[in-house]
Formats: sequence, structure tokens, C-alpha cells
Amino acid sequence: MEYEILRFIWWVLVGVLLIGLMVMDGHDMGVGTLSPFVGKTDLERRAAINSVAPHWDGNQVWFVTGGGAIFAAWPLVYAASFSMLYIAILAVLWTLFLRAPAFDYRSKIECPKWRGMWDWVLFTGSAVPPLLFGVAFGNVIQGIPFHYDVDLRLVSDAANPIMGFIALLNPFALLCGVVASAMTTAHGGVYLTLRTEGAMQKRAQKAAMIFSLIAIIGFAIGGLWIGHINGYIASNLDPNAQSNPLVKTVEVVQGAWLNNYKLYPFMIVAPVLGFVGLIMSIIFNSKLKSGIAFIFSGIGMAGIILTAGASIFPFILPSSSVPGSSLTVWDATSSEHTLLLMLVAALIFTPLILVYTSWVYKIMRGKLTTARIEENSHGMY
Amino acid sequence: MENLVDLSRLQFAITAMYHFIFVPLTLGMVWILVIMESIYVITGKEIYKDMTKFWGKLFGINFAIGVTTGLTMEFQFGTNWAYYSHYVGDIFGVPLAIEGLMAFFLESTFIGMFFFAWDRVSKKQHLLFTVLVAIGSNLSALWILVANGWMQDPVGTTFNPLTMRMELSSFFDVLFSPVAQAKFFHTTCAGYVTASVFVLGISSYYILKKQDLPFARRSFKISALFGLFASIAVIIMGDQSGLYVYHAQPTKLVAIEGIWETEQAPVGWSIFAIPDDKGMTNKFDVKIPYVGSLILNHDLTSPIIGAKELIAENAVKVEKGREALLMLEALQKDRQNTQLAYEVKANSEYLGYGLLLKKYTNDLNNVTPDMIAKAARDTVPGVFPLFYSFRIMFALGFSFFLLFLIAAWTSYGKNSSYEKKTWLLKWALWWIPTPWIACWAGWFVAEYGRQPWTIYGVLPTYQSASSLTSGELIFSLTGFFVIYTALLIVELWLMFKYAKLGPSSLGTGKYHFEKDQVK
Ligand code: HDD
Ligand code: HEM
Ligand code: HEM
Repeated sequence: MEYEILRFIWWVLVGVLLIGLMVMDGHDMGVGTLSPFVGKTDLERRAAINSVAPHWDGNQVWFVTGGGAIFAAWPLVYAASFSMLYIAILAVLWTLFLRAPAFDYRSKIECPKWRGMWDWVLFTGSAVPPLLFGVAFGNVIQGIPFHYDVDLRLVSDAANPIMGFIALLNPFALLCGVVASAMTTAHGGVYLTLRTEGAMQKRAQKAAMIFSLIAIIGFAIGGLWIGHINGYIASNLDPNAQSNPLVKTVEVVQGAWLNNYKLYPFMIVAPVLGFVGLIMSIIFNSKLKSGIAFIFSGIGMAGIILTAGASIFPFILPSSSVPGSSLTVWDATSSEHTLLLMLVAALIFTPLILVYTSWVYKIMRGKLTTARIEENSHGMY
Repeated sequence: MENLVDLSRLQFAITAMYHFIFVPLTLGMVWILVIMESIYVITGKEIYKDMTKFWGKLFGINFAIGVTTGLTMEFQFGTNWAYYSHYVGDIFGVPLAIEGLMAFFLESTFIGMFFFAWDRVSKKQHLLFTVLVAIGSNLSALWILVANGWMQDPVGTTFNPLTMRMELSSFFDVLFSPVAQAKFFHTTCAGYVTASVFVLGISSYYILKKQDLPFARRSFKISALFGLFASIAVIIMGDQSGLYVYHAQPTKLVAIEGIWETEQAPVGWSIFAIPDDKGMTNKFDVKIPYVGSLILNHDLTSPIIGAKELIAENAVKVEKGREALLMLEALQKDRQNTQLAYEVKANSEYLGYGLLLKKYTNDLNNVTPDMIAKAARDTVPGVFPLFYSFRIMFALGFSFFLLFLIAAWTSYGKNSSYEKKTWLLKWALWWIPTPWIACWAGWFVAEYGRQPWTIYGVLPTYQSASSLTSGELIFSLTGFFVIYTALLIVELWLMFKYAKLGPSSLGTGKYHFEKDQVK
């Protein structure tokens, strides 16, 4: 197989992992975010939490494997993105830490204060990471200040770490954060509608609609905005060359992120999927056809992520300070040998993972009533 | 720069040590759960189900923080060791990614089934889930230790001057590296020992307190036997690990054993010494004759090269490395020069030694003999700490063997006497923290012993770190320390609470603290 094709396949595969992450981990984060609001009593909150209790840990592995796959397939991106966004990544990690003990420890002690505390810990651990993912993505689209020296050692061009972090919180990035946060919360809301009953189900349904609407509006604004920010155009890029990011030249042009849509008009499918998915999800959820609504909100999220990735293609991590140091699909990958090896591994294991994950969801399907929680008080979260 | 590297090392060491509080218990406990549940499925006795559930609860409390601290590890190579990730990601990323795909998904998906599917599937299916968790967690150890084994002995790779990094040439060599395999078995068996001591100790506590005796006796016996096998295996695999250290990392070996001068066979083994790193000698030394040769290289005729001779050999490599780096620099300016590219390749094994000089100067054209001497001296890590951390692990290893031998001997067979031996029960109880000490000592030997390298002979630690500021490191270090400590306190509190409560925590109404309550 040609190096170019392998590299493209890996771009698709990393996209699949990110979508998997947002769809799978996204819905339990949405549930964690919503549970203090849609659950008015301890039992209701427990019903919400137990709807994802058997699955959240497996879902989180999409995040872990995403990290590992980027390390293996795009080592330069792994190194540059995580070290250049140091404080932001720490914030994601530190809030993610909160989830495991919140799920696991909350119901181990009966005291209401203890449980109330963990509810908010779970909320923080579920609400903050998607928001920060979105913000990080928003910054990647605008470019990050870094460059390589002759030994290919990374150097940060941010004025200083604190200013660097504050600069991440710019309006466009915050909008991306809102979209990411709204779509995961909506997705969790749809899931809760599917798995609960009664008054709580009504509240979840309403929350899902509100957050889907916010996501749709935010996504539309983003589409209009992107024509006004700087995009990057690379020349002198050989898709079959050895990975060295210092060979190409890069130009910065306002609105250049829309070029791909002119070059490849079929790409319009991505944003269309984003809108259609979310709208259909609202429609089906309003009729309590939540299973179908869940699939559509997943499609909507996939569309939004694809839109972001495809707009900046072939860039992965543009550099705003020294554009020539930007990382692209063609010059930031691992060797041909490693990409091929990892492709084989992915082809073997991804279908297996999908099969047993579906099996497990099937075993645990059904409504979580407060009565069931009471009966199994010692066995459940 | 030096400050930054030291802070990065400190952060890696702290976060890894925390992670490894939880890891060994997970690795071993899960097999003990498999054993208990298998007995339940075969005999149908409810008590074994309760045992699985109760020890499973403690397992769950531990697992939660194991996962949490693991997240840090996965991303820390990128955040704090960016140049490392760039330089070896082509190889090192592979086992890490496969670990996720093959092991973590399996482990974490079915752990949920272990806890929540008891009344949804048949007994046998549930047992299958438990086995899958066990396989998943042990596979995760395999892949991460393949990665770590490769750092200790970087096989199957070549340097590519066009991309300025190491690239994978043989995955097979990386996966089946004997160093990695020995590491895998030694470390997982260390986990089995840890879990066995944990279960044995807590069961002993119940026996001492006379609470839930039928439950405690069965747990005691299972962990005693499992622990006996595990402690024998850990000693055998430790010996194997030592053998590979001798072959792959001579500088680590001399530090572990405090061997400064080359010694002719048969070499003695220092059981006690006061190594003096500055003066490069042992101030005081008690040796057992012959034993050194026997355990270090299983052979009574070969000499063992001492630290001083290794340093002299490495000084030559540093000089060759300096020349190789200069060639590489020239090649960067003249990329089409095939003759130069050929020479860089031919000398690429010395590049790492050349990089050792960068701690002392960036100008490789003006290197003094003093700098070369310093760089070469750096290749032998601190002898004093290694000598003693190894001996702590070693002594504890035999103490576990003895403990399990007595526990198994007195609890199986006709006239079992262990319940009357309070000293044995107390020993087991008070011994609970020691396997963690042995594990930490072991990792210290492995990791500090690898210094000054992150990739032995290839990439110095000094060169591996990200270009962050010390301020960022102090911030993150403080954050990790505070969060981890808070989590650890909550974890330990719950663990103590549930361990004291025992099976009564299951709410079945059958056990000690529930008997007076009418249900
Ligand atoms: C010998 C075993 C071993 C070693 C040396 C390590 N780990 Fe680990 N890790 C495990 C054995 C393990 C485990 C037994 O599979 C854990 C521990 C407790 C647990 O819950 O799973 C785990 C959990 C765990 C998780 C969470 C997985 C999940 O969500 O299920 C991650 C991301 C990592 N680890 C990553 C790492 C990295 C990057 C390491 C190296 C620097 C590392 N671990 C060292
Ligand atoms: C979980 C068990 C582990 C423990 C307790 C542990 C312990 C340590 C310690 C004490 C150090 C500091 C050594 C020093 O700088 O003097 C260190 C450094 C390091 N270890 Fe480990 N380690 C573990 C697992 C691993 C694994 C599995 C890997 C790789 C796959 C790894 C890679 C590293 C790296 C990259 C450094 C930093 C660079 C260095 O100082 O060499 N460690 N570790
Ligand atoms: C008496 C028997 C033992 C011997 C001879 C022994 C030997 C060794 C050696 C030589 C290493 C270093 C390997 C390297 O640097 O790559 C090591 C590492 C280690 N040891 Fe031991 N050990 C023994 C007992 C134990 C025990 C009882 C435990 C824990 C319960 C333990 C846990 C570890 C761990 C976690 C490591 C780090 C991982 C590794 O490098 O394999 N060891 N051991």
C-alpha cells in the first residue's frame, strides 16, 4: 500500500476514534452533567447514574485509546499538542480524574452530604472536559504558537504559560467549547430519556431539546464565522515523503478554511449531517422514540466533528507563529511500517470492540426505575 | 534546563508510583476473584459468591483510582516528554495504542459487567466476564511492559536521519524481547503476591477478631496457596530479570551489586556494603564467595566487568558519538549527500553517547577531555540507592515465600493449626504494606538504574523533556500531589471501612454485624 493512502486512512481512523469518543464517552458525560438537575431525589439521581454505571469506564477507553493511537500514528502531533497546550491538558485530566471516584464512591456511604458532594464532583468531571475539548479544537483551527528548531525540538512561542492559557480562551474557541458541551449534554439527555421513566424522563427530554438547539445555533454561527478567520495553505508537500515538518511552505490566508469545500464540493455532506442529525434527534425524541433519536444525535456529532477535521485538511495542527512548522497529514505521521502495523491492529480489534460493547449494552438494556434501585441498594451505585 | 528535567523526572516518578499503588492489587486480585467464582460455579455454594462479591467490592474501590492515575500516565509522555515522544514515538506508541485496543477496552467494558450483571446473566456467563477482566488487565500489563522493556533494551529499531528519529524495523523483536518478557512475568507475579498478602492479611484479621470465620478461613486458604505459587514465581522471574540486566544493561548491574573493579571469577556477592559513589569504592563490604557469579550470570568462569572499566569504555563511545553528531549536523545542511548519510547510519549506535555531552556543552566542535570524562562518568547511576533498594526487594521476596509457605502448610492438610497461631495471623496482617514497598523498590531499581538514559544507550533523560518552564512544572507537580493525595485518603478510608465491616457490607443479612439486626 502506498504511504499516501496509509496516511489518509489514518486520518480517517483518528477521526473515527474521536467520533467514538464523543458518541460513547459523550453520552455518559452528558448524563453526569444533567444528573444533579434532572434527578430531584437521591433515588432519581441514582437512576441516572446507574444508567451509565456499567459502561462509563469502557467508554472512557475511547479517550485513552485515542491518545495511544495519536501517539502511534502521529507522534509529532501527540508531542506538540499535549506539550504546547500543557495547562489546558492538565485541566482536562484533573477534571476527568473526578469521574471514577464519583461514580464508584458516591453510593458507598449513606450520608446525604457525602452523596451531594459527589454529585457535584461528578458534574464537574462530566461537564468540564467536553467544554475544554471544544476550546482546544477551536484553538487548533486558529493555529497554536510553536515552532521546531533544526533538531526538530519543539519550542513554544507563547509569551508565557499564563498568557498562553488565557489566549486559548478567545471568542471563537469558546464558541467551539459551547458547541461541544451542548452536543454532549444533549446526547446524554436523549440517552436518559431512553433509560428512565416518569417525571424524570420528561425533564431529560426537555434538557435534550434545549441543548440540541444550542448546539445547532452554535454550529451555524461557527460556519459563518470561519470565513473570517485565518486559514492555512500548504505548498511543496509531498504525500509520500518521509515525515519532516520543516520541508514545506505555508501561507496564511483569511477564509482559507473554506477552500476545501470549493475543491471537493461533496464535503458539504459533513455539515449537512451535523444539522440534519441534531434536528432529527429533536424530532424523534419529542415523540419519545429515543432509541432512534440517540442514533441521530450520534450522527449529528459525527457530522460536526467531520466538518471541523475536513475544513482544516490536510492540516492537523497549524502553527500560528511560524506557519512552516505546522503539522499536516503528510508530514507528521510515523513511518510506513508502523502505520501499516497499526492498521492491521485496528482492523482486528475495532470490530471486536464494537461487537462486545453492543453485547454489553444489550445485556443491560431496559428502564431504570427507582424501585429497582431500592431493591438492589447494595449492588448498585 | 537541568532544573526542568529534574522536575519532570520527579513528576513522572510521583505519578508512576501512585499508579503503581493500585496496579499490583488489580493484577492479582482479579485472579483471586476468578478462583473464588469458579469454585462458586462448580460447587454452587453461596458463600463463594459472597466472597467474590465482597473481595470484588474492595477490588472496585482500588480499581477506580487505578484507572484515574493511569490516565495521567497515558498523556504524560506527550505533555512532559515531548522530545522523547517525537524521537521514539514510532516504536513506543505502538504497544501503547495496542494496549488500549486490545486490553483496556476488554478490561473496562467487562468490569462493568462484573459489578452490575450478577442478576442478568447465567452463572457461567458471569464467570466468563470475570475471566475477561482478568485477561484484559494482565494484557495491559504485557503491553506497557513491552514498552518499558524496550526502553531498557531498545531492540528492533534504526535511526532515520531524514526524520531525525528512531523508527521501527522489527515489531517481532520488540514484542519478543526477552527483557520485556522477563519484566512482564516478574511484574505480574509481583502483583499476584501483593494481592495474596492483602487477602491473607485481611482474612487473618477476621480470624483474630473471630468474625465471619467460615468466610475468612476459605479466603485465607485460597490466598495462601495462590500466594505460595506467586512468590516462588516472582523469585524465579526476578533472577531471570537480573540475568538480562547483566547482558543488556551492564552499568545498572554494577550499580545494583556495587562492583567497582573488574573481578575475576568466581565473584562473591556483597550482602552488605557501604558504597561510596564519590570515591568509587565500597567503604565496607561483606561478601559471600561464589554466590555473585552464580546469581549474576549463572556461570563460575566469566569475569564481571566493573564500573571503572565500563566508564572507560563509554568514554570512547562518547567521543565516537560526538563525531557521529557532527556528521549528522553536516547532513542536515547537505541532504543529498549519500556518502554522508551512509556514514551517519553506520555510526548511529553512538549518537546517544554523543547526546550525553549536550548536558555540558552545545558546541560539539569544542569539547574538552574533562567534558568527555564527565559524560562517561554519568553512565553509571548512583550505586548506593540501587544497592539498597535491590536488597530490600530481595529480602522481602524471601519473606513472602516464607509467609505463604507456613500459611499454606498449616492451613491445608488434616490437622490445620493456623487459626491458633496468633503470631502467624498477626504477621500476615502487619505484612500487608510490604509488597508495595517491594514493588516500589523494584521500579526504583529498574528506572533509576537506567539513568542517565530514558532509552538505554539511545536517548539521555536530559534530552527527553518538553520545553516547558519550571513554573509550569511546579504548578502541575503541586496539582498532582494535592489531587492524588486527596484521592488516596478517600480511597484508604473507604478501604479500611469496608475491610473492617467485612462481608456484612453486602447487605445479605447473613454476616457478623447484621446478625443482631432483624431483617
Ligand atoms: C504492570 C502493570 C502496569 C504498569 C507498569 C502500568 N499500568 Fe496502567 N494500568 C494497569 C497496569 C499497568 C492495569 C492493571 O491494567 C490498571 C491498573 C488498575 C486499573 O484499574 O487498570 C491500569 C490502568 C491504566 C489506565 C486506565 C485504563 C482504563 O481506563 O481502563 C491507563 C490509561 C494506564 N493504566 C496507562 C498506563 C501507562 C501509560 C503506564 C506507563 C507509563 C502504565 N499505565 C503503567
Ligand atoms: C508503574 C510503575 C512505574 C514506576 C513505579 C516507575 C517509576 C519511575 C521512577 C522512580 C522514575 C524516575 C527515575 C529517575 O528519574 O531517577 C521514572 C522515570 C520514568 N519512567 Fe518509570 N516507572 C513505572 C513504569 C514505567 C513505564 C511502564 C514506563 C514506560 C513504558 C516508564 C517510563 C519512564 C519514563 C519515560 C521516565 C522519565 C524519564 C526518566 O527519568 O528516565 N515508567 N519511573
Ligand atoms: C528475591 C527475589 C527478587 C529478585 C531477585 C528480583 C529482581 C529484580 C530485578 C533484577 C529487577 C530489575 C529489572 C530491570 O531493571 O529491568 C526487578 C524489578 C522489579 N521487581 Fe523484583 N526481584 C525480586 C523480588 C520481588 C518482589 C517480591 C516484588 C514485589 C512483590 C518485586 C517487584 C518488582 C517490580 C515491580 C520491579 C520493576 C519491574 C521490572 O523491572 O520487572 N520483586 N526485580
